[in-house]
Amino acid sequence: MHKYKPVRLILENGMIFHGKSFGAEKAMSGEVVFNTSMVGYNESLTDPSYEGQILTLTYPLIGNYGVPANSQTNGISDFFESDRIHVKGLIVSDYSQEYSHWNAKRSLGQWLKDENIPGVCDIDTRLLTKVLREKGAMLGKIVFGNDNEVDLYDPESENQVAKASCREVIEYKHGNKKVVLVDCGVKLNIVRKLIKQNVHLIQVPWDYDFNQIDYDGLFISNGPGNPDHCEITVENLRKALQKDKPIFGICMGNQLLSKAAGANTYKLKYGHRGANQPVRKVGTDTCFVTSQNHGYAVDEKLLGSDWEPYFVNMNDGTNEGIRHKSKPFFSVQFHPEAAGGPTDTEFFFKEFVQML
Amino acid sequence: MTDLNIPNKPSGTNASVKKALLLGSGALKIGEAGEFDYSGSQALKALREEGVETILINPNIATVQTSEGSADKIYFLPVTPYFVEKVIAKERPDSILLAFGGQTALNCGVQLFLNGILEKYNVKVLGTPVQAIMDTEDRELFVKKLDEIGMKTIKSTAVENLPDTLKAAEELGYPVIVRAAYALGGLGSGFCNNPEELKILAEKALSYSPQILVEKSLKGWKEIEYEVVRDRFDNCITVCNMENFDPLGIHTGESIVVAPSQTLSNSEYHKLRELAIRIVRHIGIVGECNVQYAFDPESEDYRVIEVNARLSRSSALASKATGYPLAFVAAKLGLGYGLFDLKNSVTKSTSAFFEPALDYIVVKIPRWDLGKFTGVSREIGSSMKSVGEIMAIGRSFEEAIQKGLRMIGQGMHGFVENKELKIEDIDKALREPTDKRIFVISKAFRKGYTIDQIHDLTKIDKWFLQKLYYIITTAEELEKFSPKNIDFEKSENPKFDELLRLAKKQGFSDFQICRALWKDRMDDVENMKILRSYRKKLGIVPCVKQIDTLAAEYPAQTNYLYLTYNGIENDVDYKGDHRSVIVLGSGAYRIGSSVEFDWCSVNALLTVRKEGYRSVMINYNPETVSTDYDMCDRLYFDELTFERVMDIIELENPHGVILSVGGQIPNNLALRLDNEKVNILGTSAKSIDNAEDRHKFSSMLDSLGIDQPRWKELTSLNDIHQFVEEVGYPVLVRPSYVLSGAAMNVCSNDEELKNFLQLAADVSKKYPVVVSRFIENAKEIEFDAVANKGEVLMYAISEHVEFAGVHSGDATIQFPPQRLYVETARQIKRVSRQIAKALNISGPFNIQFLAKDNNVRVIECNLRASRSFPFVSKVLKINLIELATKVMLGIPVEKPNKSAFDLDYVGIKASQFSFSRLQKADPVLGVDMSSTGEVGCIGDDFHEAMLTAMLSVGYSIPKKNVLFSTGPARSKADLLESARLLHEKGYNLFATGGSQKFLVENGVPATKVYWPNENESPNAIEMIHNRQIDLVVNIPKNLTPGELDNGYRIRRSSIDFNVPLITNSRLASAFIHAFCHIDADDIEIKSWNEYN
Repeated sequence: MHKYKPVRLILENGMIFHGKSFGAEKAMSGEVVFNTSMVGYNESLTDPSYEGQILTLTYPLIGNYGVPANSQTNGISDFFESDRIHVKGLIVSDYSQEYSHWNAKRSLGQWLKDENIPGVCDIDTRLLTKVLREKGAMLGKIVFGNDNEVDLYDPESENQVAKASCREVIEYKHGNKKVVLVDCGVKLNIVRKLIKQNVHLIQVPWDYDFNQIDYDGLFISNGPGNPDHCEITVENLRKALQKDKPIFGICMGNQLLSKAAGANTYKLKYGHRGANQPVRKVGTDTCFVTSQNHGYAVDEKLLGSDWEPYFVNMNDGTNEGIRHKSKPFFSVQFHPEAAGGPTDTEFFFKEFVQML
Repeated sequence: MTDLNIPNKPSGTNASVKKALLLGSGALKIGEAGEFDYSGSQALKALREEGVETILINPNIATVQTSEGSADKIYFLPVTPYFVEKVIAKERPDSILLAFGGQTALNCGVQLFLNGILEKYNVKVLGTPVQAIMDTEDRELFVKKLDEIGMKTIKSTAVENLPDTLKAAEELGYPVIVRAAYALGGLGSGFCNNPEELKILAEKALSYSPQILVEKSLKGWKEIEYEVVRDRFDNCITVCNMENFDPLGIHTGESIVVAPSQTLSNSEYHKLRELAIRIVRHIGIVGECNVQYAFDPESEDYRVIEVNARLSRSSALASKATGYPLAFVAAKLGLGYGLFDLKNSVTKSTSAFFEPALDYIVVKIPRWDLGKFTGVSREIGSSMKSVGEIMAIGRSFEEAIQKGLRMIGQGMHGFVENKELKIEDIDKALREPTDKRIFVISKAFRKGYTIDQIHDLTKIDKWFLQKLYYIITTAEELEKFSPKNIDFEKSENPKFDELLRLAKKQGFSDFQICRALWKDRMDDVENMKILRSYRKKLGIVPCVKQIDTLAAEYPAQTNYLYLTYNGIENDVDYKGDHRSVIVLGSGAYRIGSSVEFDWCSVNALLTVRKEGYRSVMINYNPETVSTDYDMCDRLYFDELTFERVMDIIELENPHGVILSVGGQIPNNLALRLDNEKVNILGTSAKSIDNAEDRHKFSSMLDSLGIDQPRWKELTSLNDIHQFVEEVGYPVLVRPSYVLSGAAMNVCSNDEELKNFLQLAADVSKKYPVVVSRFIENAKEIEFDAVANKGEVLMYAISEHVEFAGVHSGDATIQFPPQRLYVETARQIKRVSRQIAKALNISGPFNIQFLAKDNNVRVIECNLRASRSFPFVSKVLKINLIELATKVMLGIPVEKPNKSAFDLDYVGIKASQFSFSRLQKADPVLGVDMSSTGEVGCIGDDFHEAMLTAMLSVGYSIPKKNVLFSTGPARSKADLLESARLLHEKGYNLFATGGSQKFLVENGVPATKVYWPNENESPNAIEMIHNRQIDLVVNIPKNLTPGELDNGYRIRRSSIDFNVPLITNSRLASAFIHAFCHIDADDIEIKSWNEYN
């Protein structure tokens, strides 16, 4: 039997969960959230949108298929969503030290250790999830020694997008059409999917004045945290809206575009994180199962009169996308690039590029 | 927030559907079992909710779907185009549902479509169109259809004769797999390593199906399934995916299956999901569908194995595994709803358009009963042999699989700490899996095999093997402890406690832990008590979790529950108001206990609820209606072991527990629950013990002056011979079940007795043998009744068509009895009243009698509902379980004022056998049960009911040629009249040596055919192979080897070549008389409520 060191997860409401450590032995704090996907831990851990958060996986058996190699194609990682683990910690129930997969190179625990991120197993993750559902997402910390080993860290207090975004412009020349990708913490699968459409992709930092580029299309990526930190990006977007070039946004991109279009955003009680979120195209009988990861949502009430809701969440009625009534501007709250999750809405990338 | 998503109005449902016909699946058989009662019941519920008038055709009288109020009209008729057309002509439904009655309903529907019947009567098929069904059923069409969208299928060649089969195999390269098109559960399928093997299999497969498929074998690939739902607006979801523990090569019905998949990465999971959706859209499914893949363990390469365009065993499993009611939703989609119109039936607030997120793992394990058959091969492979299955839920694989191995109910306690398994060649047993495969793995680990070695031999994914190995290491750690070194009086023993916690999280039962500690010196009950109380002192108790479809993201409104040690808090609150009643279910379907006890359980639950108590169910069979969370206030999908039942009782604090409606499993818990002061509702545990304990029961009968066949429990061969000398042959011999698992048998002479006892291994003090006098040519009579405080309230006497010697579960039963002396009936009633009084029965019970020359003897008495309760309840139209439940709840009941003698009609219960799936098994009936299901049909007279029932279990009226091989003199004489009748009706009789001579001597012309070993023409085997015979009557004479061989070959060929076979003279005579007196056309098309 494996001897794992005892470790505790302490929530800001004082609840203590006793578990065992299978990752790095490092105290850490962040916002505790849960994800209900049954597969995709490699993708989630490297998803920049989790910056500042401690991730709880509701599926209890984790680590089964290990962790793939960090190989690259065209300078882009083949299997991960960024170049590092973004979560502050990982909470699971039943961790599999032994993994079995043709593609795996190391165990999940080893990877967490290699990247200095704590992993906690043997936690009643269902109980923890119910607490978060009822009380709302809250801060928490993973400690090994005394309770004050680390202070509670609130990701709200900082601009997480700035941390997750690239520092300088990166170009991928795979075609002639110029697409500017505003990187608020972009997942690599978005980059892969756009490149697949043969475009000249120009990835710029979140606060970059992209209006100076003569682009054919503008893409605003996903990203972590509160969209209110990205006023600069929203300002830039307002200018872009004066033009007629196609704009497509995902997740944070939807929130920023909505803000530029007049709407507000607000924090959801516990967010949408999972691979089974149902959305319906407004005014139609067409529905999609989508992958999601966001703690904030768009309040459509103040959306400009030129705009309309595009998609809606079928479980709780929250906004899942907006579009301009006459111009080629649209955005979705969910993740058409999947990774992890269902691939049903991948067609957006093709549709977007066809508009250019 | 916006309310734009709230469905404003149903999106144009099919308002034109007013009256719909639903086809059931008939009798339970291997490959088609209780899952279709569940799916049909759900579909009927969905239709009724929409105000659609429902008509159901299903001769399976023991099902829940054929209960009052389930459909508007119920026909107990065969699900064949002939009868379905007649019902359509009479009822004129506007719609028909084909997807809820398994392959039987689907095949019938396709034929009705091809014959133009549906068009003729303007009946619309709801849900998936027939063309789409045909596209998935016909392999060639299927491959073509999938080629259109570039899907990889298993390269296969469809052939229609033997030479083409061999040629195709040569081209593909051996090993190949053979499949029959249009077949249930892989009937006639198998692997062939060379032309010889192929020849044998292909010949047989071609007898079932006009077309067979030869494919390249992909042994060792993973097998993955997806359950997909699509609505008519093209919205698609996959409700669940499943991974087979056993790699490709073992039929999914024979595999251990887990949900969700465990070894697929995100990319693999979603790749296969995406393909499944693309396939389902392309084929045009509306409703539910199952896609099966072979998946390369070394890359992302795949092949689509098959698509089932209907509800299936897997979909029932997926429904139970996720809480997503697939059949219910599929029926609604068939009516024209969109998925977005429907609500998630667990949360009742979120949408039904979503994909369940599980926060647990389920493990399905098949249940085999191969020990019940003589001659059958125990290897498992591409054809299904299992008769039932269980589903275990846990929050670790170790926990779920250990639970599951206990649930299977074959004397195993989990993966370890079982009775030592004797295996000669472990390598071979790993390479060529049998029904014991999982225990062979356990044994191999103990013998020092490594994970890699076992993987090489089994191709089971190392992840699963690793988890199993964890269980082994925990067992070994536990075994290092001696109970002497653990102070159970203290409140802690740190080292042991940590291990104990781990063991419980890995699903170890108290029994397993005790055996690991105390080893051979274990006293089951005492040690387990010590451990249990120690554990509770430490707070090592399971907690209760909800299955909520969304992994706790939204609150659940239903109480679909399981217990786990991998958690620290219960999801539900306990009131402790003693207002709940726990009903214990019947566990895995097996030979001898199946859907009839599900009907009993469901009716007990409904009555409990109606009488103002909260109903609580414990059961773990995914094929049942009783494990539908809508059926009760709380469903514990968990074990029926003493340990787990006590866990739940301690949490629930119920008013009481009902253990008399779920067959023998709950009944066996009576004494131990009583010892724990559990309030057992109804008859007391002491009385149950007095009836179950052979000695106590026998002396009670003696003191009441009630006659019984003489019997003795004997511990030496000498004693046996002495007893036989006293009572004379024949005798019924029951070896100790624990020892050999061998069936009981009738022995007619010394040689047979000697042979049989050799099979039954050692006779000793520890393993005695029960020998009883066997009374020949006696009638067997069932007395099903309900009593209140020792007074019989209601009873049903039914009579076997066959003489005693055929197990009551295999016998054909007539109710009310048609040929019983009034005096016999009177005696039966009198004796039953005496027994009811003596045992102070309150609740359901059953007594079996032997009657000969007006002498009545008691065989046995069960103080619980019997297999025939639904049958007699439905024929009598008095629900005996409702009555019994009221009695058990202490509610005043009146004696129903109705008697079987008032009935103007007859019910016949006939048995369904699945010998065709059990290669090499001798299809002969005996004192041990071998049928897998039954039907119950009603007619205005005996002949009509008999004929309908026989047609319902797959017999057909012979066209012209009947083969007689009628065994002993007595049965030759018995069948003379039948033979004469056949001759008069213009049938050609063929008969083997003695039978032919006898017939001709008695003036019935018959052509002589030679025995199989005579090598002369016309030969019985040859005629069967050439399909020149329409009915075979073969009555086995005795157990002498030569006789056995010839008879066996005739019987087995009949089964293998799909020729109707009868092996009992009384049944043969009843059937022959029935079809000679009336035609199929004379069978009146009357629904259940038309019999008054």
